[in-house]
Amino acid sequence: MPYSELMIAPMRAELASIGFDELRTAEDVERFMNETEGTAMLVLNSVCGCAAGQARPGVRQALESAVKPDRLGTVFAGQDLEATARARGYFADIPPSSPSIALLKDGEVVYFVPRHRIESRSAEDVAADLTSAFERYFAAAAPA
Amino acid sequence: MAATFHPDRHELHGITVVVDTAGAEIYVGRCDDMDEERVILVDVDVHRDGDGGRSKAEYVERAAQLGVWKKFDRLAVPRAHVTSIRRLGEL
Repeated sequence: MPYSELMIAPMRAELASIGFDELRTAEDVERFMNETEGTAMLVLNSVCGCAAGQARPGVRQALESAVKPDRLGTVFAGQDLEATARARGYFADIPPSSPSIALLKDGEVVYFVPRHRIESRSAEDVAADLTSAFERYFAAAAPA
Repeated sequence: MAATFHPDRHELHGITVVVDTAGAEIYVGRCDDMDEERVILVDVDVHRDGDGGRSKAEYVERAAQLGVWKKFDRLAVPRAHVTSIRRLGEL
């Protein structure tokens, strides 16, 4: 059952305020995912304080690095149900979890951070994990 | 270490854990709560040692990469059967 929009508004804003495109409908997701050129990060946001509380600030810290994705998108699991289902359909071989984070290069998932690798870590650890993945998968694609 | 936001629950509430047993079964799911009687998990997968040609250790190794596909929404594992409870994210 979706949560009160009033309650989750700050959680949406935490990502929207740093440049994330909020993908609230299945069509929004298709538009984002079908643009396959370059690099992208898709965050499956969540209300869960046990994990999302580390995910959002971790993502924010990671985006302060020199190498980062070209495009940023987010769906809100448990809230924007069709959008979330459509997003998960693009990586259907990965068990669903939220929060979770997918890094994409030229339309392919190259790195995935499932919930269990967020919930036991600090925001700094999540950021370090993402920064390392940015360097590994996106460095060659970054503009000079 | 990340703390739970539910002070009335066990400290592992909301954390994805691996619950091993003295028998063939091993469980992966999010801990909801636990007491002396049982461990309550949500979004749970269960593996029996040797199923699909995989040992418990091989199953956990695979689960630690990307997670598990749940077989049960909610499951109570009798505490007397439990031999260990570990955070999946630390394996």
